[in-house]
Amino acid sequence: MPRNIIDVVDLTVEEIDELIATAEDIIQNPAKYQEACRHRQLATLFFEPSTRTRLSFESAMLALGGSVLGFSEANSSSTAKGETVGDTVHTVSCYADIIAMRHPKEGAPYAAAQFSEVPIINAGDGGHNHPTQTLTDLLTIHREKGRLNGFTVGFCGDLKFGRTVHSLVNALSRYDGIRFVLVSPAELKLPRYVKEEALKKRNLPYVQTTDLDSVMPELDLLYMTRVQKERFFNEEDYLRLKDSYILTPEKLERAKADLSILHPLPRVNEIAVAVDRDPRAAYWKQVKNGKFIRMALILKLLDIHV
Amino acid sequence: MNIDSIQNGVVLDHIQAGKSMDIYKYLHLDRLDCSVAIIKNVRSGRMGKKDIIKIDTPLELDLDVLGYIDANITVNVIRDGVRVEKTHLELPQKLVNIIRCKNPRCITVAEPQLDAVFLLSDPARHTYRCAYCDTAKDRKR
Repeated sequence: MPRNIIDVVDLTVEEIDELIATAEDIIQNPAKYQEACRHRQLATLFFEPSTRTRLSFESAMLALGGSVLGFSEANSSSTAKGETVGDTVHTVSCYADIIAMRHPKEGAPYAAAQFSEVPIINAGDGGHNHPTQTLTDLLTIHREKGRLNGFTVGFCGDLKFGRTVHSLVNALSRYDGIRFVLVSPAELKLPRYVKEEALKKRNLPYVQTTDLDSVMPELDLLYMTRVQKERFFNEEDYLRLKDSYILTPEKLERAKADLSILHPLPRVNEIAVAVDRDPRAAYWKQVKNGKFIRMALILKLLDIHV
Repeated sequence: MNIDSIQNGVVLDHIQAGKSMDIYKYLHLDRLDCSVAIIKNVRSGRMGKKDIIKIDTPLELDLDVLGYIDANITVNVIRDGVRVEKTHLELPQKLVNIIRCKNPRCITVAEPQLDAVFLLSDPARHTYRCAYCDTAKDRKR
């Protein structure tokens, strides 16, 4: 059975530390890795549009000397003819050494893994999980703070459908001394099961609030998210909630000098462009880190040691 | 009220009162050609009231289904009028094709030919989660 990454908790804390160490080494010595995946192929199966994640996977594989194939929307695959996820993945696993898959339905990568002969990486399944974004976030936090423990982290925006939030809360709950501040409108609170599994079971401290300003001075990290139109069945609800939180330079006046601001991107308007010039903005560095951690993950799943 | 003893078959005892019809449905007992007795609201020292099902033919039961519906049930196998086996159930760790996920965003709803798999996540609350999308399903009470 190939090793798959469907959820970030499929990786142990030690394995995540190892991936972060490999990514750091890639950043320091890129030339050492440029032929590591020669003659290996990555298939990117994107049943839902994406810019960052797909290009990041493709860029990662190319930087390792491998090649890429795949599709970037369901309409250009046999899914449009009614093919099941299992059959599509079974077919592609005959052509590629590893598959990165994004799908709008929750659990589709788990289903795919039952039919694949090569490793499957979940590149996002609906509002459920997005483990490689979480690895990107962890690498960014590690690079910004020098550690993955002992801080207060605020999550702000859509905590209900924001899969990056669910995965990151789960991942951080395994490290020591982290306090969680959950800022969202009442309708977009963190789902109960995430709170119960990740926070309550481990007795981790957390607060829930609708007011970002009041908690801003406490935060060491602020993880902003977009209210995602595609997750709503009802456009009225989306329009009502989309502008709930907009981060501006004025709001950041009360924040710590060493705050790090993360965002999985794309943003719409929840972070004012003026904030990009603030040295505390780490989200563009986060984009770059996404490529390096995906390189490390591809190497791990293909069992390639450099 | 008297119900005849069975010679060869299965007696499901200690069913929570009112649950016997659920079990009849989940185990597809309507498809059997033999006598099936459903006895409801039997007086019980331990439970106050309980249901009993007697099935007058030897058959293999899906113990996962029974454990999911009511882990307190005891399964008695009868041969030649004598009980030869008594099994106490427990909550199964994994349910396959017993319940379906209700989350409209779950892949098993879009592709119903996939096995519906649920994993026990909280034994104290009898909570199972869809292995695909993590949606919780509390056991029927």
